[in-house]
Amino acid sequence: MIAAAAPPALWRAFFRSPKAMVSAAGALLLIGAAFLAPITAPHEPFTLGTFNLMDSELPPAFMAGGDPRFLLGTDMQGRDVFSAILYGMRISLTVGFLAVTISAAVGTLIGLVAGYRGGLLDAVLMRLADVILSFPTILIALLIAGIARAALPQAAAGEAAIAVLVFAIAINEWTQYARTVRGQTMVEARLDYVKAARVTGVADGTILRRHVLPNVVSPVIVIATINLALAILAEATLSFLGVGMPPTSPSLGTLIRIGNENLFSGVWWVVVFPAAALVLLVLCVNLFGDWLRDALNPRLN
Amino acid sequence: MGRTLMMTAAAVALFSASAADAETLRWANDGDILTLDPYAHTESFTSSFLHHIYEPLVRRDENLEFEPALAVSWELVEPTRARFNLREGVTFHNGNPFTADDVVASVERLIHPDARARGNLSAVKAAEKVDDLTVDLVLNAPTPLLLNDLSGVFIMDAEWMEANDALTPGNTTTGTVTYASDHTNGTGPFVLESRTPDAKTVLLANEGWWDTPKHNITTIEFTPIGSDATRVAALLSGEVDVITPAPLQDTARLEAADGVVALQNPSLRTIMLGLNHGDDELDAAPGTGFNPTKDIRVREALWRAIDMDAIVEKVMRGKARVAGLMIAPPIAGYVAEDDVKPQYDPEMAAALLAEAGYPDGFTMGLDCTNDRYVNDEEICLAIASMWQQIGVDVKLTTQTKGNHFPKVDRGETDAYMIGWATLPAMDGYSPVRAMIASRDGEFGGNNPNGYSNERIDEIARLAASETDNEKRLAMISEAIKIAKDEIAFIPLHQQPLSWAARDNVELIQFPDNYFRAWHYKVN
Amino acid sequence: MIPFIARRLAQAAVVVLAIAILSFVMFRYVGDPVAAMSREDASVSEREELRTALGLDQPVVVQFWHFLGRLADGDFGVSYRTQRPVADMIAERLPATLELVLMATVLSLAVGIPLGVLTAVHRTGWMATFVQSVSLVGISVPTFVTGIMLILLFSVTLRWLPSFGRGETVDIGFWSTGFLTVSGWRALILPSLTLALYQMTLIMRLVRAEMIDILSTDYVRFAQARGLPAGFIHYRLALKNALMPVITITGMQIGGLIAFAVVTETVFQWPGLGLLFIQAVSFADVPVMAAYLLFVGLLFVALNAIVDIVYLIVDPRLRSGQS
Repeated sequence: MIAAAAPPALWRAFFRSPKAMVSAAGALLLIGAAFLAPITAPHEPFTLGTFNLMDSELPPAFMAGGDPRFLLGTDMQGRDVFSAILYGMRISLTVGFLAVTISAAVGTLIGLVAGYRGGLLDAVLMRLADVILSFPTILIALLIAGIARAALPQAAAGEAAIAVLVFAIAINEWTQYARTVRGQTMVEARLDYVKAARVTGVADGTILRRHVLPNVVSPVIVIATINLALAILAEATLSFLGVGMPPTSPSLGTLIRIGNENLFSGVWWVVVFPAAALVLLVLCVNLFGDWLRDALNPRLN
Repeated sequence: MGRTLMMTAAAVALFSASAADAETLRWANDGDILTLDPYAHTESFTSSFLHHIYEPLVRRDENLEFEPALAVSWELVEPTRARFNLREGVTFHNGNPFTADDVVASVERLIHPDARARGNLSAVKAAEKVDDLTVDLVLNAPTPLLLNDLSGVFIMDAEWMEANDALTPGNTTTGTVTYASDHTNGTGPFVLESRTPDAKTVLLANEGWWDTPKHNITTIEFTPIGSDATRVAALLSGEVDVITPAPLQDTARLEAADGVVALQNPSLRTIMLGLNHGDDELDAAPGTGFNPTKDIRVREALWRAIDMDAIVEKVMRGKARVAGLMIAPPIAGYVAEDDVKPQYDPEMAAALLAEAGYPDGFTMGLDCTNDRYVNDEEICLAIASMWQQIGVDVKLTTQTKGNHFPKVDRGETDAYMIGWATLPAMDGYSPVRAMIASRDGEFGGNNPNGYSNERIDEIARLAASETDNEKRLAMISEAIKIAKDEIAFIPLHQQPLSWAARDNVELIQFPDNYFRAWHYKVN
Repeated sequence: MIPFIARRLAQAAVVVLAIAILSFVMFRYVGDPVAAMSREDASVSEREELRTALGLDQPVVVQFWHFLGRLADGDFGVSYRTQRPVADMIAERLPATLELVLMATVLSLAVGIPLGVLTAVHRTGWMATFVQSVSLVGISVPTFVTGIMLILLFSVTLRWLPSFGRGETVDIGFWSTGFLTVSGWRALILPSLTLALYQMTLIMRLVRAEMIDILSTDYVRFAQARGLPAGFIHYRLALKNALMPVITITGMQIGGLIAFAVVTETVFQWPGLGLLFIQAVSFADVPVMAAYLLFVGLLFVALNAIVDIVYLIVDPRLRSGQS
């Protein structure tokens, strides 16, 4: 979306910045490998019956006792860690992207409207945000997971896990965007040139788009990049609390959670490699986000 | 150099965990006790802990045989009247003498409708004082397991309860709270010194205990630590002396550490899979119109497809015992000849499925806990994978015990994990009554999926009041064998007790997973 | 300002009612307390009796009515798990959680703000890039892993700090504090650091973003041109204006910290509200869960109201619109 709309100046800036190119390349590589997991992964870790308990806890292929079939070793069930990371990253990214996109879009819209209109609408929307904020993500997820479990037939419950997680994370996080955008909008809307524009009959939508939106993009992108990482981590935390992805299709966070239980046992590869993949992914996304933030900031151009 | 050494020593003194004196036992468990009121809970860990403060009329010795505790002798004066002669010269921690009044008040408090634990003494109708040191228990019917029940009934002080308005138990519904939830006054080997829930509970040795102490412990500092990794870390860093339980996968790491030993023994708890016997179609495959697991050939195929040796070796780190029966060897009613499981044989399993009319397999659910039994989630993942290999499309659900057991109880599962330890009775009658008898009033409370066998139902009723122990055990063994032959449940293994301790602590691991510090020593 | 505050309080009351409804609806779905409360081999009739005694066999609406009725009397009920009054249990755990959250907040502000200024002022320097990268790595690891790693390093390997608990506490009235003992402070270090890591990075990044914006504004450029000292420009002029979103986020995040303390408290066996809540969830201890949710909800509402009021004080531009 950004690429399509990007002005030539942004592209020029991009090709001048090694930080931007390296982080974008890294993020694209990881995202590509994850979404093409059925092609890039040598095994099918999510298909029951394709792995064997007798292959469990093999060290990485390059270590003594390693098996060339399993590049980064195997976990407690005999699953290939490398393939599990690719498939797991696919799930984590899906959850993260969907949750961030939904929450940023909804939150920004609500923040703009509330901050610009004020009055009763503002009060209602912000109190709604209060109610939702009063329930931490974790608790919301417990509720939604519970309702889904009660409402969905057993056969569909596993497949619905991603939707449940996305909803649980997004429903909580739009409030962050909304409150920040609202604060900024309130300040902008009271500036003289905006007041002047309103008086001269410029449409509200135009004012918001032309004058207010550019000024709130910067905090929204800061929150969004950090929230993509946060969404992935939130999923891991929910898994720690027992409402994450099922163990038959573990996300990156779930892999780390399971590996974390074996931290003392010497089977370090089941936690170190998934954690390294997560750190790398989050780092690339954030560095790119940082650069984008600076590049989009009108005051710096 | 001398100065450096001194500074190091000072730093160690400042930063290391406070050096406890030799006879303090610092103990970390994975959960806190629920309450100090012995009748307000039904959890065996809380019972185990409170046994240090309160005592029953009869207790279990080092071999888990009954021995006199607050009663010195007992006899059946009528089939429904048991007489107990009480120990003389016993005092409660506050100095009150122990008498028949205390037993009467305790029994009345326990069988009160509000008492959460009243099911633990359902055989008793009333307690009657004969004289100061003699008391009669009046029974509803002849009861072979009276001593088993009484070994879990702790005696409280009548005067103390009366003085503190604690003669009736607490009640969640009416909001009644009792003094006994936060305070204790028992006769046991240890006295409560202080308690902060979820942080620390301190017990001191009871100097005036009626029994000769075998232990040398002066103080027990009990801390719950819920996170496995943190609990292991606390032992490795020397902040605690004993951890219960120790995660199986950390055994090697613990044994490699200086001054730490890992302790493992088989427990009484048999882990098994319940099956769907009653529904017309499987819950995970609505609309199919058939239930394959009604066919014994399918049940056998499912059993034969599970490579238990691999699970025990890999998932349980070689520490569990493969089971063929639903009760463990130490439990009354166990027969070794029956404890043989069908050989692991995936080809034969696939052939059995084909013979039963499912050459292409079928879809079924597998429901498991992820926070209740040792490595429960890992076991189920392995089983799901093995079943998949013979063509059964498994829908695996793993969830917390709070969600798992209600779902099981509603009969909404096809195959589900359950563990049974027959506690507190330690008798084979417990699974006969609760798990394989048809669901009907007092029977089949844990048989939600419609398993039914007439002979087992008959035995469940006869054995309840059969006082000839030999006859009773023969009947129980018969019922257990029928259930095995019909594959009512698929027994998996007896899970291990896994503890770890500093090597200066002498411990005994009891198969019932009770912690009995009055048998332990700190050197 | 008074009418504004009054209106704000009225809105808060509505929010609290909504929370009560939600928290009641919520716990209908987290499990069945009867299974957890009965003996392992309890018969069906035993369990049905308990269900009836708890009133769980009645329609949800009736149950909600009873719940509200008790609540109106200030009665949070009795815990299913421990059979103690829920209000006592919450009061017991509150100090532990609040001290942990306070410490984490102080830590994140004390570290996050200076680092944010540093990375904004020396935007392109290697130092800023390094600090930013490290902070990103720090928050890319889930809290429960960070906590265990800190325990491994500081408790098991170095043996400097305790791995669990609050250390010795001192009771001042109903409040048990760990701030007055050496062991209390030592026990606080690892959990508060674990809890603060994410918040620290968030504040750092926010301060950086705001500072960069402000440093490029005309009045800062003018101040620079006049030759005012850099410290004065960065901390007095620029930072003061950059603090508004920081206040918003910090205020909002305090509630988030209390919720996230659930994980930290689980890892470090910190005897606070989060640990209590997690135990309540696994036992389906409905009265405790409901009280916890209500309490956290109330706290959130209060914090949000305070944030709004502080907004008014910090940014006078908003006053004209509210009076």
